[in-house]
Amino acid sequence: MEDLLIKIEKRNDVPTTLYFFTPFIAIILTIIGGGIIFYTLGFNPIEALKFYFITPISNLYGFSELLLKATPLCLIAIGLSFCFKSNNWNIGAEGQLTFGAIVGGGVALLFYNQEGFYILPLIIIAGAIGGMIFALIPAILKTYFNTNEILVSLMLVYVSKLILDYLVVGPWSNPEGFNFPETRQFSDSARMPLLFEGLRIHAGIFIALAAVFVSWFVLYKTYLGFQIKVSGLSLKTAKYAGFKGKTMILIVFMISGACAGMAGVGEITGPIGQLHRMISPDYGFTAIIVAFLGRLNPFGIIFASLVVSLTYLGAETTQIFLQIPQYTGQVFQGMILFFLLASDYLLFFKIKFQNFNKNELRH
Amino acid sequence: MYKNFLRYLISAIFLITFSISAKADFKVGFVYIGPTGDHGWTYQHDEGRKAVEAAGIKTTYVESVKYGADAERVIRQLAQSGHDLIFTTSFGYMDATNKVAKDFPNVKFEHATGYKREHSNVSTYSARFYQGRTILGHIAGKLTKTNTIGYIASFPIPEVIRGINAMTLAAQKVNPNIKTKIVWVFSWYDPGKEAEAAQALIDQGADIIMQHTDSTAPVQTAEKAGIWSFGQASDMQRFAPKSILTSIIDDWAPYYVERAIAARDGTWSQQDTWHGLKEGMVAMSPYNKGMGADLVKEAEQLQKDLASGKIHSFTGPIYDQKGNILVAEGKVADDGMLLGMNVYVKGVEGDIPK
Repeated sequence: MEDLLIKIEKRNDVPTTLYFFTPFIAIILTIIGGGIIFYTLGFNPIEALKFYFITPISNLYGFSELLLKATPLCLIAIGLSFCFKSNNWNIGAEGQLTFGAIVGGGVALLFYNQEGFYILPLIIIAGAIGGMIFALIPAILKTYFNTNEILVSLMLVYVSKLILDYLVVGPWSNPEGFNFPETRQFSDSARMPLLFEGLRIHAGIFIALAAVFVSWFVLYKTYLGFQIKVSGLSLKTAKYAGFKGKTMILIVFMISGACAGMAGVGEITGPIGQLHRMISPDYGFTAIIVAFLGRLNPFGIIFASLVVSLTYLGAETTQIFLQIPQYTGQVFQGMILFFLLASDYLLFFKIKFQNFNKNELRH
Repeated sequence: MYKNFLRYLISAIFLITFSISAKADFKVGFVYIGPTGDHGWTYQHDEGRKAVEAAGIKTTYVESVKYGADAERVIRQLAQSGHDLIFTTSFGYMDATNKVAKDFPNVKFEHATGYKREHSNVSTYSARFYQGRTILGHIAGKLTKTNTIGYIASFPIPEVIRGINAMTLAAQKVNPNIKTKIVWVFSWYDPGKEAEAAQALIDQGADIIMQHTDSTAPVQTAEKAGIWSFGQASDMQRFAPKSILTSIIDDWAPYYVERAIAARDGTWSQQDTWHGLKEGMVAMSPYNKGMGADLVKEAEQLQKDLASGKIHSFTGPIYDQKGNILVAEGKVADDGMLLGMNVYVKGVEGDIPK
């Protein structure tokens, strides 16, 4: 008797061009999937997709908002790419962002109502250090106590949010704020300079762009970058080559934490202008999607951060114009990740259908 | 020189794009903090929006808009996409509303529960929810057996503290041994946390639960535990039919319709509105017969007296937790004191989070 057997085999040669092309396939599939969802909800899919992907960026203000939202996503994803490339699964960028914002915001409040060109750079550095310290916790626990960095970094997200809660409700709350859980508005010298009159886009975008170029240089032109990539491909090879694994783990976590911390500072000194409980709509988690959609490549990440931030803006405009719930944004982000992982699977593995004879096994 | 030129050029393009967004129909936009299905705060605002729609005016809403960077963009987008009147229905939208109002002088803004009216196109409005709390306090004081009332609170802002105090004062009047226990959840809508808070209060001996948060989780927890509770913002009776004694209802519909029509007809002007039981912005859902016919009568009488002004929720003597006098005998607290209230009255347990 014969049965159909499905066999999954690893492909040996995956062409690089195809590897960088699959994210586009994932995006196209997401758009098609989105169209089907809109259609089943009773909307004209073309019109709904237009509201989703075109309307948000059809004028200068919308485009600037896209860049504003992409800035923290890009910066965090760049940091994460160092961790992910070297097989370190830092899931807690949201916590590092929050803690960076706490430390940076603390410095901003320290210099409340003071003038000085040095204040903003100090805040940014403080934010980077804050994020770095917070990322070092899972890194040190991993290297010296063999804990699982996924769990530790994830749980630290909640710790950082509780610290922020405590500070904005208690010691740092605005004395004139009627007890509302927020700090004072930072003074102008502690705010990111705006690039254009009337738009919210700020100098933080240059930090993100600088991070892109620096990370490209480090990853592709330095010995450290080589170590990171080798450890990512094979830990055994890295050990055999005599790379100092522990130091490298600490370094990638520090880079990742610093980037997330600066992203947090960019938000509080940019569009928000103060500390309160909701400084980030989960940028730290969304940046994980961005990093993978960008193939952990610095320039790919720029592109991915723009696509993913468009899913946020599109969700708002479709709600305004068509009254479709804003949660479609999360559905779109989920679809992108799903289609990316699915197409990756098909890229790295091939599925074979074989006929096989059960009777042969019985012998 | 060049940099300035570029700045002006881009500002100019920016302004032109704004002015192009052509005026067509009169439209009203709403920004909500929670989902329209919270069956509390946002639900009631959405009922108000539906009333505006029923009056023949087009409306749009955006739900679950977070405070912070997103709020400003959403409000701005509504203004930019041809909405002529925008209601921002949560305290935390205060700064964002005023910021956007500055850039859109022709669009009217209405901000709920705030106090900043920095531009002539920003009005504020709120309801005297504390009058409802006085009725709840009276009922709770009569019904509690453990003399402990559990209160789930959101943020320690004057509006919430005012409610706690109004309830406690009314309960003390009928039962001097009353204690109010409070759990702060620091959220307007978080069913998980609200349910936990309710359970924690029940475990501490509270036999009546009330809330200043928006979900139905606390009343459902009370129903399960077999104790009394009060609904918040909308009639939550169907979520806890046995447990709910009454709900404080926020009825925004008449105000929204009036303001939308005024804005459409060009008679809108800046206002600061604070309406209560008298005007119907605060209402009580039908009283649960389980509390006894006498108590129902008392509650109805109290409701009438509060509406007519015969009774004021904050009538002296009122003492703070340390026993210092806040309002002298025979006096009532003025609106200024109510709006800035940031101390507990005697009988409330714990400290305001600081």
